Amino acid sequence: MEVAIIALPLAGALAALLLRSDARRPLILVAAALSHLIGSIALVASDGTASSGGWLGLDAPGQLVLMLISVLGLVTAVYAVGYLDDPRRPDNRPFVVGLLAMLASLTLVACAQHFGLVWVGITGATLSAAPLIYFDRGPGALAATWRYLLIVAIGLALALLGTFFVGYAVVGAGQAPSLLYDELVRIAPSLPHPWLESSFLLLLVGYGSAMGLAPMHTWKPGAYGEAPGPTGALVAGGLTSCAFLAVMRALHVCDAAGADELPRDALIAIGLLSMGLAAVLLLYQRDFKRMLAYAVVEHMGILAVGLGLGGAALFGTLLHLVASGLAAALLVLSAANIHRAYGTSSSERIIGAMRRLPLSGSVFLLAFFAVTGAPPFGPFVSQLWIVGSAFAGGSALIAILFLVFVLIAFIGMGATVLPLCQGRFLASSAARPRERGLTVVPIVGLLVLIVVLGLALPLPLEELIDRGVAALHTGAP
Amino acid sequence: MSGASSLMASLLMLVMLLNFYCIGTSRVRSLVYGVALQGALLAFMPLMVFDEPTAIPVLMTALTLAIKGVVLPLVLLRAMRELPIAREVEPLLGFVTTSIYAAVGTLVAIVYVQSLPWAGGRATELIAAAAMATLFTGFLILVTRLKALVQIAGFLILINGVYIFGMLLVEAMPFVVGVGVLLDLVAAIFATTIIVRRITRAFPTDHAAAHSAEED
Repeated sequence: MEVAIIALPLAGALAALLLRSDARRPLILVAAALSHLIGSIALVASDGTASSGGWLGLDAPGQLVLMLISVLGLVTAVYAVGYLDDPRRPDNRPFVVGLLAMLASLTLVACAQHFGLVWVGITGATLSAAPLIYFDRGPGALAATWRYLLIVAIGLALALLGTFFVGYAVVGAGQAPSLLYDELVRIAPSLPHPWLESSFLLLLVGYGSAMGLAPMHTWKPGAYGEAPGPTGALVAGGLTSCAFLAVMRALHVCDAAGADELPRDALIAIGLLSMGLAAVLLLYQRDFKRMLAYAVVEHMGILAVGLGLGGAALFGTLLHLVASGLAAALLVLSAANIHRAYGTSSSERIIGAMRRLPLSGSVFLLAFFAVTGAPPFGPFVSQLWIVGSAFAGGSALIAILFLVFVLIAFIGMGATVLPLCQGRFLASSAARPRERGLTVVPIVGLLVLIVVLGLALPLPLEELIDRGVAALHTGAP
Repeated sequence: MSGASSLMASLLMLVMLLNFYCIGTSRVRSLVYGVALQGALLAFMPLMVFDEPTAIPVLMTALTLAIKGVVLPLVLLRAMRELPIAREVEPLLGFVTTSIYAAVGTLVAIVYVQSLPWAGGRATELIAAAAMATLFTGFLILVTRLKALVQIAGFLILINGVYIFGMLLVEAMPFVVGVGVLLDLVAAIFATTIIVRRITRAFPTDHAAAHSAEED
């Protein structure tokens, strides 16, 4: 079943490659993404526990990430139909094929129970995203794509070395050679700590570059500034989540071995660094698309801090994984609507977006509140959980720094977003495409989801997160 | 893994000497030849690691020789022919400075490797030290050189370092070591991109790019 859910978007990519009609090709995107979501729901509902001994399997953390990327896949697919319906983009084949290949790679990461396979999936997703970032071929697109590929590729090389370190820890300890996640957790107490700690640091830096943790985040502003909305949404919510899943699994192995002190300290340090740097860089940000990148960096920092704290914070961390993934995608897609309408991403040249684009402008404003952790949105609940856990666990300094950085980020983003959304729009900037249903309905749907997460966490999701926490603590599926 | 033969030790010493050669050369063509030679030498490591020359090490050797020793260097040389790339490397830091950093990095790698618990003998430590030193050299070239093509050469050296470490696991976990070929694919994408898009210089830092964009 896991093979089928991975093969589905690949089959769609193949069909898109062979289809000659540019008008019909985006429909394959929607069909594949919808089938993927239905298949994911069926898999999760059937309580697909990890296949023992298998390279593929869906444990609770994997199910959580799979549902997130499925939802994002459908939202970006529907949005892409409206985005691609543009005479300036006659050849949409690279985009559709790339998006579906990326969805398949991300699904592989969610379903992989083998550290090597996880690496293959993230590498595949990274390579698939490159032509997507370059698709609009703006003035800085080549530079942004180059920087993205170079920095993340270096990260992937280090992540592979980290995977080798795990392998050597197993072989060196006289255990049967295995990189299966369940097996590693089982034999972890026998593995030498220096190897596990070194491997974790390499995996954190390696996969952290794909997440966009500081200081490996430098590819993000250019990539988000140049990438089309659907690409940015899937990278912000999908690629980051899958990379974070890999880091979570690595920490779990260290946890099982009793070698988690250094890894947790590293997570908290890199998390706070990311939050702090993002907060500062969000101040006086004059390009609102680049601003999106720093908002995502902040959220990656929050995830790292939450994971590093562990314990009671883990529930909030997994909730934040979902909430921030959806919120980031919402922010990116609504920003893309504004960018397309005004033809610029300079916040100094945009005013009155809520009047010019009532739906997209309003959603963008609400997305700003969601991303900055304001109620009643999902990220507010998850961040509150993490901070509360930090205070309760005696990590008051971490909690205070967390709150300070979140506050600075709110002020910084607000200084960019509020003038952009409010005021009367200038008539000279009016000659641009208006709002389209296909680029508005997906973002409204995402907004509803994020509000629901904040107001009343659905019971199935709460249970899934509970199972995820249990799995990461004890290895139970 | 079989005990380290003097051949393996000699090969690794050559690889590490090539690190210094690549760091210190001022000519792009010489750098590409150095990377090609390093890749070709590393291709023979599987044959030394496996106790017997079965299909896996022979296949790995052939594939690695073809990719690292022939195809990738040829693509880089083609880029040199087709693009108006000056012969000199154009370093951000002087050659002497980066050579010193490389020497310090090699020393740190050896010290770090000795701090880890090893199951095998001296041979495993030598492989690991060579791997870390090569990785650091590649990283150094990546961050201190201004030409895009030279950055790719640095990336190739970096992934050579990962490949060397993989030799410690190639008998036990050949799949995991084999997937490292994806990194060579990434390098090939870089090399092809600079030919197709006629990229001669590395792109500026993101802040520099943002600043110049704001000035436009």
